[in-house]
Amino acid sequence: MNAISAPSPTSASAIEIAALRSDRFRIEREADWQRLEAIVTRMEKGRLRRISDEDLLALPGLYRTVASSLSIARETSLDAATLAYLEALVQRAWFVVYGPRSSLAEWLGSFLGGGWSAAVRAIWLDVLVALAVMVAGVAVGWLLVSHDPEWYFSLISRDMAGARVPGATAEALRGTLFGEQERDGLSVFAAQLFSNNAQVSILAFALGFAFGIPTLLLLIHNLALLGAMAWLYHGAGLLTDFAGWIFVHGTTELFAILLAGAAGLHIGRALAFPGDRPILEATAEAGRRAAVVMTGVVLMLVIAALLEGFARQLVDNTFGRFAIGGFMLMLWCAYFFAFRGNARTGARR
Amino acid sequence: MKATTAAIRRPRARKERILVTPEGISLPVMVAGRGARLGALILDLIFIAVLMVCSTLALAQIAGGVGQFMREAEGKGATAQALQFLMIVWIVIMFLFRNAYFLYFELGPRGATPGKRLTGIRIAARDGGRLTAEMVIARNLLRDIELFLPIPLILMAGADSGMAWLAAAGWLSIFMLFPLFNRDRLRAGDVIAGSWVLERPRQKLEATMTAVQTPVGEEAPSPTLKYRFKEAELAVYGEFELQSLERVLRDDRTESIETVYHTIAAKIGRNDGWGDERRFLSEYYTQLRARLEAGMRMGRRKADKYSG
Repeated sequence: MNAISAPSPTSASAIEIAALRSDRFRIEREADWQRLEAIVTRMEKGRLRRISDEDLLALPGLYRTVASSLSIARETSLDAATLAYLEALVQRAWFVVYGPRSSLAEWLGSFLGGGWSAAVRAIWLDVLVALAVMVAGVAVGWLLVSHDPEWYFSLISRDMAGARVPGATAEALRGTLFGEQERDGLSVFAAQLFSNNAQVSILAFALGFAFGIPTLLLLIHNLALLGAMAWLYHGAGLLTDFAGWIFVHGTTELFAILLAGAAGLHIGRALAFPGDRPILEATAEAGRRAAVVMTGVVLMLVIAALLEGFARQLVDNTFGRFAIGGFMLMLWCAYFFAFRGNARTGARR
Repeated sequence: MKATTAAIRRPRARKERILVTPEGISLPVMVAGRGARLGALILDLIFIAVLMVCSTLALAQIAGGVGQFMREAEGKGATAQALQFLMIVWIVIMFLFRNAYFLYFELGPRGATPGKRLTGIRIAARDGGRLTAEMVIARNLLRDIELFLPIPLILMAGADSGMAWLAAAGWLSIFMLFPLFNRDRLRAGDVIAGSWVLERPRQKLEATMTAVQTPVGEEAPSPTLKYRFKEAELAVYGEFELQSLERVLRDDRTESIETVYHTIAAKIGRNDGWGDERRFLSEYYTQLRARLEAGMRMGRRKADKYSG
């Protein structure tokens, strides 16, 4: 510290003589202030590589030196320009010193190494609620359509349904489940699926802002669609095959949507019932936790899209599909609920 | 000169907040104005749109080239493969522009997207602590319901579809107007993330008011005072007047110096600074400041001329 704050009047081309004590105080410390300003300016311009290691190491010390200069100046100096300069400089240095520390890659490391699974465990209650809602959604879809098949088309648009319409023959339905190996453009299909699913799950999360209610509705609607289709295949005696068709990627994709919904619900719950904390604080905490979960959700959806686009089309039998889907499900459950990672990353840094 | 002096005596505006750093220092910060926020957003959307259009055009160019080349090479399957690959690249790029643009820039050391940087604002943690990656992610995920969801809806639905358009427009305006209805101008994303948007301060270090430059090696001149003010003459003013005087001296405009000279000279009943107003004022400033700062050290402060 001494090396940093020692005044070096001999190096300057001129000695300044100040009449006032507060100005002498300033002249003695000016060199530090200007050095800090130079470092901060370079960092603000994004020229990180052009900052020497020496300067980077000195930055926290300089920041504290200047911060203490500000504290002293506030009590001893009436030079408004100097005070304003110091306040601005401390604020700029604070932005830099307390800015986002970890690079994206570093953050990803700690995220995969335990941060993600810890965040998922932290919202377990919301995961359970979302799961219950999703199961209820499937049941609702099934029941609605079994009572009145007309409901089918209010859930699924005719374009999307294609051959999967009530009254279609078992053969036609079977054709939608198997025999797509020849299909061209699997990878494009996968990329589209990902983009679409990711947008839906981000939406499910973001809608949590309205106290989580739209999130629940979105979950019910999407799962009711699944229930309705399951009813359709059940009628043709193809329920197991349909389950396999969904299962291969669904264990990953539905899990991701489940987590997205749970994350949205978590925020909605914090907004509606902040407990004994101020609402903004409670929401901010929930939001940060949910953000970690959501990053993972996007990752899961990439995997789900790959499974859907490739594995489902290439593995053309129900048993193989169940095997892949079951393996993925076990993998996710093990990662989220058994894997502890290193404790440090679990806690917020 | 103008800009700096305007900042010297900041009006205690409605935009000012006090932020306490982890070191326990309270810093005045300025919450970014709504105009600057909107401007930054529009700029960023323009940048994103330009990036999207450019990359789409570039990929289309490549696709055209590939198609032609492959037709000459008679490789039907390979063409499809290559085009598929380009299609995937396009989908991924569009997804990234939409979702990762804000993330990437706000996670950098500047904590601001290009649009924010141009309008001179940046994001920070509301509690004075570190701005974490989680915060940046959380605040940007909400952009989806704020902007990217309703805008296409509005465009697609068109004004003639009645209810749907109304719903989407209402939705957009609720979220767009959200910053208007809270004190710190938080966006929905800021509420969730615990962040806020601040003005980036810019303030140059001004010259010291009472210092004299002396070349190295020369004898320092003993500070000679042409005007000496008595205790009673200095006691009439407080810190507010001192800092107003500082502003006038830093601005260094002849008319205002004359005006201020006349005011002060009349108030303390002296007229010996005639024709030498600047020196008179600057020495008055120095002595007044010395007196007030001495008082500060003893724990006595005088806010303005009205306070005892």
